[in-house]
Amino acid sequence: MSIVDDRNDTDGAVAVTAATAATAAPAEPGAAGAAPPPVPLLHVEGLRVSFAGTEVVKGISFTAYAGRCLAIVGESGSGKSVTARTVVGLTGAGSEVSVDRLELGDRDLSGLGERQWRRIRGKEVGFVLQDALVSLDQLRKVGHEVAEPLAVHGVGDRRARAAKAIELLESVGVPEPEVRAAQRPYELSGGLRQRALIASAIALDPPLVIADEPTTALDVTVGAQVLDLLAASKSRGTSIILISHDLAVVARLADDVAVMKGGEIVEHGPVEDILRNPQHAYTKALLDAVPSEHTRGTHLVRPADGEEKTVRSRRPVDRGRPLIEARHLVKAFRGPDGKDREVVRDVSFEVFSGETLGIVGESGSGKTTTARIALALTPPTSGEVLLRGEPWSALGLRQRRPARSRIGVVYQDPLSSFDPRWSVDRILADALSRGPRPPANATEARRRSLELLEQVGLGHGHLTSAPLRLSGGQRQRVAIARALAPEPELIVCDEPVSALDVSVQAQVLDLLTDLQDELGVTYLFISHDLGVIHHMCDRILVMKDGEVVESGGADEVFDRPRHPYTQQLLTALPRLEVAR
Amino acid sequence: MSALAPSLRLPVVGLARLTALRARPSTVLALGFVGLVVVAAVAPGVLTDRSPTAIDFPSALAAPSWSHPFGTDEVGRDLLTRVIHGARLSLGIGLGATALAMSIAIVLGFAAALAGGIVDTLITRVLEVAFAFPALLLALLLIAIFGPSATTQVIAVGIGSAPGYARMVRGQVLNVRQAGYIEAAAALGHGRWTVIRRHLFPNAMRPLVAVVTLGVGQSIVWASSLAFLGLGIAPPNPEWGALLDAGRLYITTSWWLEILPGLVIVVFAVSVTTLGRTLQRRLEGAGR
Repeated sequence: MSIVDDRNDTDGAVAVTAATAATAAPAEPGAAGAAPPPVPLLHVEGLRVSFAGTEVVKGISFTAYAGRCLAIVGESGSGKSVTARTVVGLTGAGSEVSVDRLELGDRDLSGLGERQWRRIRGKEVGFVLQDALVSLDQLRKVGHEVAEPLAVHGVGDRRARAAKAIELLESVGVPEPEVRAAQRPYELSGGLRQRALIASAIALDPPLVIADEPTTALDVTVGAQVLDLLAASKSRGTSIILISHDLAVVARLADDVAVMKGGEIVEHGPVEDILRNPQHAYTKALLDAVPSEHTRGTHLVRPADGEEKTVRSRRPVDRGRPLIEARHLVKAFRGPDGKDREVVRDVSFEVFSGETLGIVGESGSGKTTTARIALALTPPTSGEVLLRGEPWSALGLRQRRPARSRIGVVYQDPLSSFDPRWSVDRILADALSRGPRPPANATEARRRSLELLEQVGLGHGHLTSAPLRLSGGQRQRVAIARALAPEPELIVCDEPVSALDVSVQAQVLDLLTDLQDELGVTYLFISHDLGVIHHMCDRILVMKDGEVVESGGADEVFDRPRHPYTQQLLTALPRLEVAR
Repeated sequence: MSALAPSLRLPVVGLARLTALRARPSTVLALGFVGLVVVAAVAPGVLTDRSPTAIDFPSALAAPSWSHPFGTDEVGRDLLTRVIHGARLSLGIGLGATALAMSIAIVLGFAAALAGGIVDTLITRVLEVAFAFPALLLALLLIAIFGPSATTQVIAVGIGSAPGYARMVRGQVLNVRQAGYIEAAAALGHGRWTVIRRHLFPNAMRPLVAVVTLGVGQSIVWASSLAFLGLGIAPPNPEWGALLDAGRLYITTSWWLEILPGLVIVVFAVSVTTLGRTLQRRLEGAGR
C-alpha cells in the first residue's frame, strides 16, 4: 500500500521520462540516418521494485527499439541491474514488483508466472550476465550450456543441438569450437566464457538481448571483441539493453542512454546528447569522473561551487638518481609439468622521486608479479632491485625488515588486506609503529591516526569502525592511510581503483594525486585501465606476456604507440569523446 | 548484480541479528542445561544438600519418587545427588581431553602447514593413519599400559580425537596464510613470528572455537563409554560414566540406574552441540 502512495508523488516525473523515452529516439535524425524509424519492441512504464519494503526502482519507464541499443547507466545501488532482471522475470526472492505496463512486442509480460517466464526467456529475451564463471554450470560441457535454450524450448534433437552449439560458438568467434564445446567452463578463459554466454543468449535469436556489465570482468582487447559481437547482433535487428557503469563502453555500443540514480531515471536521450551535452548534474559528474588523457593534471571531481576543474600543483620530479631501479628482472615459476614458466622476462625500469610510473597490461601480463618483486615480497629468479642505489631485493630478510617501511602498498581489494578482527585504529597504530618515528604511546598513536584519517578525507568517527562496516571507497581510503602511516618514499598501487564505482574511483584518484602534490610521494601505479593510467602517470611501461613491449612518457606512448600490441590496446579501448 | 547485492544482503543480516538476539528456544534450553551442569561442577552444594556417598540401606534400589527424583542405587545413595556431584569430574574429563586434543592438533597442524614440503607430507600421513586407527582400540591400548583412571581417560580420548582437529587446523592455516592481510603485514616489515602470532593464529583458530565446543560434548560421551566398559574411574566415584558402569548389574530390575544418568549424558552432549552450532553460525556471520 505504501507503493501505491509513493506512486502519486513521482507521477509527474515518470510521465516526463516516459515522454522523453517515447520521443527521443525517433526524433534523433543523426542516429537513425537513412534507416526507417525504429520499431519499438519493449515497453516499460512505471516499473517499481522493492525488497523488504525498501524501494530500489522507483517507477521508471523506458522503451527499447529493434536494432538499437539502450544503455542503462548508473553506479552500484542505482537499481540498473534489478531493472534488467525484472524485465526477464528474475527479480529474485523477497521482491515486490509493480508495473503499469510491461510489453514485449504485442505481448503483455506483467504478472507472468515462473512457468510462463520460462517460455519467454531464451526465446524472446536473451540474458548475458557479468560473470560467466558463475553463470555457467561448472559441471556441464560448454556445448550443453550453449545449447541449453534450444533444449529448454525443445528445438531439434540432441545431435542437431550439438551441431548448432558449435555453429553458435563459431559465430561468436570462439576458436576451435568443436574442442571448446567439449570442455567445461572452468577450462576456458574469461573472454571465451563470456562469448559462450553470449552464444547461449543468442542461440534462439531472441529479438531482445539484455547484457548486464558484459565486459566488466574482461581485458580491454577481449572486451572490445565482445562489444563487436553485440554490435553485430544489433545490426541484424536485435534490440539490446546494455547495463553498464562504464560510459566509454556505452559510447561504443549504445544508441540511447538512460542514466539511473537511486532507482530513478534522471536523464534519458540519444547517446550523443547525453555524452556531449548532459543536462543533469549527476550525468555531468559521471562524465567528469571518467579518467582519460583529457583529465591529466586536473582533478576529476569538480569543486561544489566552481565551474572549472581545479588543476594540480605538482612538485618537481627529481631526475637525479632513481628512487627505485629494477634491472633485468626475471621471475620463473615451476609449472605442473615440471617446466619453468617465465612470468616476468627481463623487466627493467626506474622510478624517480616524486613521479608516477604506470605499468599497464592485461591479466597475466606479469604486472602484479613485477610489483611484488619491487615490494620484495617475492624474490626475482634473476636480476635485482635497487633502492636509492643500494641493494634491495638482494638483502636478507632480516636486514630488509627495518627498511620495509620505505615502500608502502595499496591493493585492489582493501578489505582482504585488513585483519578481519582489527578496527581502523588498530590497523593505523600498527602501521605507524613500523615507521621511522613510531608513536611513543597510545595517545600519540591516536592523534597521528586521526591526522592520517583527515589526510585521506575520513572523519574522526571512522577511527573505531571495523573495515567491514565501511563502504568500498572508505576502505580504500583507510588502506591509503595505512600505506602513508610509516612515511614511505614509494607507494606501490596495485589496481587500487579497479573495484570502485566511477565517481568513487574519481575521488580516490584525486586523493592519490593530492597526496603526491602535498607530500611528494612516488607511485608505482599498476592498472589494466588505460584511461586511469593515462590520467595518473608520467611515464608508462606496457607489459605483455611478462615483457615490457613499450615504455616512455604517457603522452608519447598514448599518442604515438610504436609497438603493435600497444596500438591494438589503444584501438580496442572504448573512448569517451566528449566536448570538454 | 551490483545494485542487487546491497539491497538483498542488508535485510538478511538484519534478520540474522534479530534471531540471534531473540535466540531460538533450543539454544535457550541448551544454555540453561549447560549452565546447570557448570553450577553442579563448580558448587554442587547449591543444587543439593545431600551427600553423594550417604548410604541408606532401607531405601536401596528405590524407584524415582519425590524424595529421590532419580531413585537410589544398591546401597541407597540418592542417584540425582550422585549425578550432580559427578558433573565436576565428567566435565573436567571432557574439557581436559578436548584441551589435550587441541594442543596436539595445533602443534601438528601448524607445523605441517607452515613447514610444508617433507614435514607436511610426513605429518599428514601420520595423521591419516591415526585417523584410520579405531579410537576405541587406541584408548584400550593406553588403558592397558597405564591402568584405568581419570587421567588415562583424558589422555586416551585426547589423543584419539587429536588427528581430526589437526587436519582442520592445518587446513585453516593453509587457508588463512593466503589472506591479503598476511602479505600486508609482511609488507609493513613485521617478522614472521609476529605475523603468525598476531594474524595467522587468531584468524586460523577463530572458526575452530565452535568445533571445540562440539568436541567437549563428544569427549564426555567417549569418556563415558570407556567408563561403562569398566575402563574409567572405579565405581564408587560418581563420575557419569562410572555411574553407568555401576548400574550395569541392575539393568534388568532397576532401569533408572542406567537410563537417567545416560539421559543426562545425552542431553548434555546435545546441549553442548546445540550451543556449538549456534556459536558456529554467529562466528561465520561475523566473518566473511
